This record gives sequence, C-alpha cells and structure tokens, in this order.
Amino acid sequence: MIHTFVGNLGHFLIIASFITALVATYGYVKSVYAVDLTEKSTWAKYARTVFITHGLLVMGVVGTLFYIIHNHYFEYHYAYSHTSSVLPVYYQISSFWEGQEGSFLLWIFWNVILGLVLIKTNKTWEAPIMAVFALVQGFLVSMILGAVLFNVKIGSTPFLLLRDVIDAPIFKTDPNFVPVDGTGLNPLLQNYWMVIHPPTLFLGFATTLIPFAFCIAGLWLGKYKEWVRPALPWALFSGVVLGVGILMGGYWAYETLNFGGYWNWDPVENAVYVPWIVLIAAIHTMIAFKKSNNALKAAIILVISSFILIIYATFLTRSGILGDSSVHSFTDLGLSGQLLIYLLAFIAISIFVAARSWKHLPTDKEETSAYSREFWIFMGAAVLCLMGFQVIIPTSMPVYNAILENFGIESNLAPPVDAIGFYTKFQLWFSILLALLSGTGQFFWWNKMDKSKLKDELFLPVVIALVLSAIIIMVGKITDISYMLLLTAGLYSIAANGKILLRVLKSNYKLSGGAIAHIGIAMVLIGILFSSGYSKIISINNTGLVWHKDFPDEINQKNLLLFLNEPRQMAGYSLNYRGLRKIVDGVPGYVKSYFLESTMDPTLAVVNREIIVNGKTYYSIGDTVRLKNHETSYFEIEYQKANGKTFSLYPTVQINKQMEMTVYSPDISRTVGMDLYTHVRTFPDPAEDTEWSETQEESISIGQTFIVNDFIAELKEVKKIDEVRGVPLSSEDVAVKAIINIKGKDQEYVIEPIYIIKDRMAGRIPDISHELGIKMSLLNIDPRSGSFTFGVNTTQKDWIILEAVEKPLINVLWIGTLIMVLGFIMAIHRRYSEFRKMRDKESYDLA
Amino acid sequence: MKKSHIFGVIIIGVAIMIIISTAGDASTYVTFGEAKEFAQNGDDKKIHVVGSLKKDTNGEVVGLKTSPDMLSFSFQMVDHNGVEQSVIFNEPMPADFLRSEQVVVVGSYNKDLFVASKILMKCPSKYQDETVEISS
Repeated sequence: MIHTFVGNLGHFLIIASFITALVATYGYVKSVYAVDLTEKSTWAKYARTVFITHGLLVMGVVGTLFYIIHNHYFEYHYAYSHTSSVLPVYYQISSFWEGQEGSFLLWIFWNVILGLVLIKTNKTWEAPIMAVFALVQGFLVSMILGAVLFNVKIGSTPFLLLRDVIDAPIFKTDPNFVPVDGTGLNPLLQNYWMVIHPPTLFLGFATTLIPFAFCIAGLWLGKYKEWVRPALPWALFSGVVLGVGILMGGYWAYETLNFGGYWNWDPVENAVYVPWIVLIAAIHTMIAFKKSNNALKAAIILVISSFILIIYATFLTRSGILGDSSVHSFTDLGLSGQLLIYLLAFIAISIFVAARSWKHLPTDKEETSAYSREFWIFMGAAVLCLMGFQVIIPTSMPVYNAILENFGIESNLAPPVDAIGFYTKFQLWFSILLALLSGTGQFFWWNKMDKSKLKDELFLPVVIALVLSAIIIMVGKITDISYMLLLTAGLYSIAANGKILLRVLKSNYKLSGGAIAHIGIAMVLIGILFSSGYSKIISINNTGLVWHKDFPDEINQKNLLLFLNEPRQMAGYSLNYRGLRKIVDGVPGYVKSYFLESTMDPTLAVVNREIIVNGKTYYSIGDTVRLKNHETSYFEIEYQKANGKTFSLYPTVQINKQMEMTVYSPDISRTVGMDLYTHVRTFPDPAEDTEWSETQEESISIGQTFIVNDFIAELKEVKKIDEVRGVPLSSEDVAVKAIINIKGKDQEYVIEPIYIIKDRMAGRIPDISHELGIKMSLLNIDPRSGSFTFGVNTTQKDWIILEAVEKPLINVLWIGTLIMVLGFIMAIHRRYSEFRKMRDKESYDLA
Repeated sequence: MKKSHIFGVIIIGVAIMIIISTAGDASTYVTFGEAKEFAQNGDDKKIHVVGSLKKDTNGEVVGLKTSPDMLSFSFQMVDHNGVEQSVIFNEPMPADFLRSEQVVVVGSYNKDLFVASKILMKCPSKYQDETVEISS
C-alpha cells in the first residue's frame, strides 16, 4: 500500500513554512520602517508569531521526513534511495541528510533554532536582523519547495513518490508497487562521525548568517558601529562551530577513507575552508572596531564576505559544477540556476547596502602606528584573507570555464594535478607568518608598546622557541627549511601566548580566551607539520620478493603480503594476520567469520561452532545470531612489539552488494607519540569459490601421525555419534566422526570429518580448517585392517595485502583543536557578557 | 609613501603572485589526441581527459580488465571526440566506477598506454537512468 497522506502532509508543511517565512520577512520589514512606536511593536509581534509558526512547520517537515525513513516507506524516493530496512536508527538519522534535500532541511532547522534564540535574547535588534533571517530562510526553504511555476522548477522536495521520479516499467503495470527494500546508505557514510559531523557543519553554516544579519541591519539602520558588539559573540560561536565541523570532516576522512590523511584539498573541503578563514579574519577586525574605523570597514566587508562565501560554497558543491574536479560525486538536482540566482541576489543586496552607507562610515584621521594593536590585527587579517584567496582562486576554475563558455570562449582549465603539493607550498608559508603574528600581536594587544619594551617582552619567548626547536630539529633530524621555520614559529607562538596567558590569568582569567585559542592553533600547525610532513610508510617490502609481477611497483615495494598465521617482520613489529572476523550481537569482541554461516537474511547468521569467549559459552551450534554492521568484515592483525607486547588492529572491508561498492577502512593504534595507521589494500574475493587441490588419499590407523600440507597431524580417534547437524538419523543409520589433531605453528587445530550410512547409502561430510587451508573427508573405513582412508584437499591460505603508516605527533593536532575550542568558548563567554551588560544598561530603542 | 599604501602594495603583490602561480600550475582538460601530441613532444605533464566508459549496445561496460588481485585495472575510455583509449589505473577499482556516466582521468601517456594517477567520476543524476530493482 502507498502511504500518500504523509507525503502530502510533508509537502504541505514545506509550502506553508515557505509562505510563513516570506510573511515574517514582510512583517519585520514593516516593523523596521514603522515610525509610530505602537505600530512598530504590533508589526514585530505579528512577525514574531509568524516566525514561530514557521519554526513549528519546519519541525513538522523534519518529523514527517524522519517518519517516512523510520517506517521504511520505500514508495518514497528519498527513503528508497538513501535508506534500507536493515539500517539501525543512528544511521537512519545520518541517511536523513545524505540527500541534498535533507541537508538543506538540516540547515533550515538550525536557522529556526538560532532565530528563536535571537528573538529571545535580543529585542532591540529583533526586527531588522530577523527580517534578514526570515528572508534567507525563505530562500533556503524554496530549495526544497518542489513547485513548478510557469514551467520553472523551484526546489526539489524530499516527499516525491518513487513512481513520480523513476520511469520504471513496473509502475505502468502496477502503479502501487512498493520496493521491498531501499538501496541503502552509502557505506562510506555508515560511520558515527557522519551522524554528528553534518549537523555540526550545518550549524556552522547557519551561524554565519547571524553576524551577517547584524551587519546588514546595522548598515540598514545607520547604526554603523553598534552592530558589532551583539554580533561578536555569535561570530566567535560561528567560528568555533564551523572550525570544529571542518575538523570533524577531516577526522572522519582519516578514520574511514584510506587515503591516509585528514585533508586532501578537494574542492569540497576548500569550499568550506575559505569562508571559515575569512570569518576568523572578520572576528579579528571586529575586535578592533572601537579604536579603528579602518578595522570597522574591514569587519563589514569580511563579515559579508564570509556569508557570501558560504552561499558560494553551497553553489559550488550542489550545482554539479565541480563534477570534473572533485572526487566527491554529487548528484545534480537541476537547481544550479536557482542557487546562482540566490548567490547573485545576496551579492547584489550586500553591495547595495554597503555602498549606500559607505560614505557615512567614519574615517580615521591618523595613520595607524606600527606599535598599535590595530596594526597587528590588520596584518593577521590580511594573511588570513590571502590564505583564503589562494585556495578559492584555483578551486573556482570550473566556474571560470563555465563563465567563459557562456561568452563563447572555449576554456579547458583544470585544477593543479598535485593538489596537496600545490596548496601546501603557499599555506605553509602563510602559516609561518600567522604563527609569528599571533605570538607578537598579543603583546601589543595587552600593553602600550615601544621599541625597548617590545625587546624585553619578546626576549624570553624567542629564546625558548629557538632552544626548543633546535633540540627538536636535531633529535627529529628535520632538514627541510620551511619545516624548521614553521616549527620555530609555532613554538614561538606557544611560548609568547603562554607568557601572556600566565599574566592574564593572574589579573582576570575571563580575558584569556584569545591567548588560549592562539596556543591551540599553534599546536594544530605543529601537529599538521609532523603528522603530514613526517608520515612514514612502514610496511616496506624487505623480503626481496615481488608479490606479483602484475602489481605496480609502488604496491610491490610499499605493501606487505601476509598469509594467514604466518608472521612477518615490519619496522620493529612482527605482524600476523589471524583471519577474518565478524561482530555478533551479544558477544564481546570479534567472532571468527567461518564460525558463521550466512542465511537468507543478510543480518542473521547460523552458528556452526560453539562461540566461547573467556570460558563462557555465548552461542551453541545451530543458533541464529544477529550481526552488527553485517556488511562489514574485520581483518584481525596481530602486532607484536620487540618487547613481546602484543595488540591487534581490525581494519575493515565493507561490501555493499546493492551499490556494488567495496570499501576498505583503516584501523588505528593510538599512542601518545604517534598513530599507527593500518589498512588492507586487497584480499581474496569472498564471493569466489575456494579452489581446492586434487584429492589425495591417505590410509591411517588410530594413533598414527602423518603429514598434511606440511603440518604434522595425528588421528586421535574415530567415534560413533548420535546426532549430525542438518541430517535426521533413524535407528538404522550410523554416523562416525574422526578426530584429527593438526599441529599448527602456534596452536593445535582439530578437524572432524563425518562418515554416515543413511538409508544404506554412504555419505561423507568433510571438515575444513580455514586457518590451515585443509579440507579432509573420511572416505572409507576398513574394519579388517583397522585403517581409515581420508581424502585431503589443500588450498592457498588466506592472505591480505596491507599498508601501514606511522603518523607522528598527530595527537598534538587533536589536542590543539580542543585547546582552540576552549579558547573560543572563553572568548564567547566574555563577549557575550559584555553584550549583556550593554543591553541591560542601555535597553535603548531602535527608533 | 604612507604605511598603509606599502601594506596595500604588498598584499596586491602577493595576490598577483598567487594568481600567476595558479595559472602556472593549472592543468588542462584535453582529448586523447592532444594528450598524445604532448607526450610525443616530450611534455610529460599530467593532464585531465574527460570521457566515458566504452559500452556495448546493451549499455554494458566492455573492455574492463582487472588484475588477478584487484589491485589495479584497465579499461577502455572514449573521449569527447570519440577516440578510444585504453587506460590503466594502479589502484583497486573505485566504488561506483561502473555506474559512472562520465569519468575524468588525470595522468599521462606511457607509450601507447594512458596511465591514470587519479580518477574522478560523475554518477548519473538522480532523476535519470535509475532503475528499481524488483526482487523480493
């Protein structure tokens, strides 16, 4: 049955929320322009009610879409193409924003929350900022409107029925056809980071609107300076959320994708990096607005730019224009025109508002002195802007091509081939400058400076930085000049900001946010320097063998081939591949995959050996168990250090049959000094049948030892058994089981082939040891001589090819991130209480 | 000259440097014919070629060869001028590869073989080409 009601409801809610957004905009604009005070507040009250209604409607849309996903209504295209019936709830949540419509919805949702908070906390500015807010909200909702006006498609709704989207023949014969299952969530997104990274990133996107709204409102009303104070805590909040969102994306890439890093300079990453860095520049100029009118002007330009860049990023990533230059494949919803119109509209509005008020902005009479704090802030902001500029110019190449094509000029510019090298060559030097500026600028911030005082202040941090970096350069054998400089600059920034921090902590700890955030950033830079600059492949092939002549050299030299249970030496470790594992619900740790037999339901398996962990029996033979992340298998790789300590890593492979995707993900051993990163490059295709050697026959009597596949084996006993799994035995049937012990390298294995006489017919059930690559069947029993004939087949042992990489000091990067977040939080707290004091003291009216 | 002017000049200078360097490092989208010409002239700069996988009349991808261990593979690609070229990629086949409606290979010629160092794929837009799997 097709549930049409819920989809119609959802679509209705979207349309209603679109209309209410526009009505709220109108109401707030009316309120701004009203002269009469009561009229002003009546309009504001009206618009507020409409905006709150809008908020409720948006919640309704979110709830409806999730209802469809959660109840597996696969007659809906969104549910069909992004989910499947076996997804656990937390991945249902991430499937919510896998599609473009859902991610727009997430953004809209955050805007509602933020709008409500602003209404609650800032009555003075409510009307003008909420007018901007509601307008943006109208634009965003229109992206999921799904209406057709005058033959123009406006937005794409997530509530489309499958039959209306896809022209499959089945719908002609049976319009009510509902697929049994959806195509599932992209395996790459089945990761817990994908549950929290998108909401964080979109909260970052949404928050850039707040400083923008304050700025536009300030220029609109002629309050050219007053907008900065209420906007500043929000700009800081936006800066930290967006920054954390970006880094989470990097962390997800590090843990899930196997390119071995956290940042790839892909256009999609660049598109959010640039607005973030511009926003950080904007924050710095906003802090200096009181003393310097140039800083105020810069703040206006940068705040507007960071929001426009967010829309530009949305345009780049969702219009399909990056198709030829990004590894992320995006589906084009045919909305690029709409996005382009919005982008141009916001640029036009901003330029108009800013240009109109530019001549009213106060100007500085005096030249900024090199010893003033404003000067240093400017330098920092300029470097940040150049960093953004350097990234956005090449990232926009597809846009240049498209523009030139519109003028009839054929352009075939492509982004630089070696993206990492290309961007690093600039960003590295800019980072050195940033570290130096963030260290030195702080002294100017807190004190009036002159030449001699500056010397005194800088002496200690410079000495500390030089001594420490000299030691690290010697010990770490750092030879690259640019790395040496970045290391020294980073240490200098930490030392200088540390000195400031100690001083500020003594007077008023609430003011220490800046120093802490700068220390965090310097640590991030040092962490990046080591983990990326000195990341080292340790899975070097020292055997002198070529794994396979068809393999490219790179793989033959930098990867290890491991056979099951055959240890191999690697850079101070002894590695041993222990086999493929699965995770079973209710069983701690991992279960050997050959203990489990697949069933019709991919999430269920039947146990064929007792599952015993630490002496406790969890499941017996024949039990049906539920698999956790059933598409994923885990390679158990045992590492033994020279001192005998062992640990195991479990890199994974996820095989998604519906999407024909095979995804390898790494596992990471984290120690204080470095991460050991391991991922499997390839392994034998599990779908292919095992190729067994020709059967060899062996005649053996009880107690006799013999050799199979180079292992020593012994026939322990042959006994009668009463039960054989899957074969009902009557009283006349006979079944015997042979028990053969085989000595492996480090443990003993048991193989138990069975011989049955059922209904006077002989049957043989072979037994396989996957670890040894041996299959044995009991072929014949000779009662006279007391000997048993066994059929032995052997196969190549299981193998994997893996790559292992050391990432030194990567923890400095993550710890630096946390410290930076702490600094931001303290700064937000300080700036917000400043804003509150001002608000409560003045409680002025906008009129 | 005022300090702010010097400041401005430096920034503009760096910006121009960035643009020049970007232009210098930019690669180009070319056809296989042009790529071959580059290679014959001794220019081994890596370039981008846009095209699609070779398909038979039933829409099945043809000419695909995977190495025995799935660590590398080669395929037949047809560029916008209809020129067919065999491309080798020294990585396992990327997920989604067979579904791609357009591929971009980044690399250069090694004799008659195009060796790709990176493959970008554009997958079919949502509202086309999609079929519903009817199974129970």
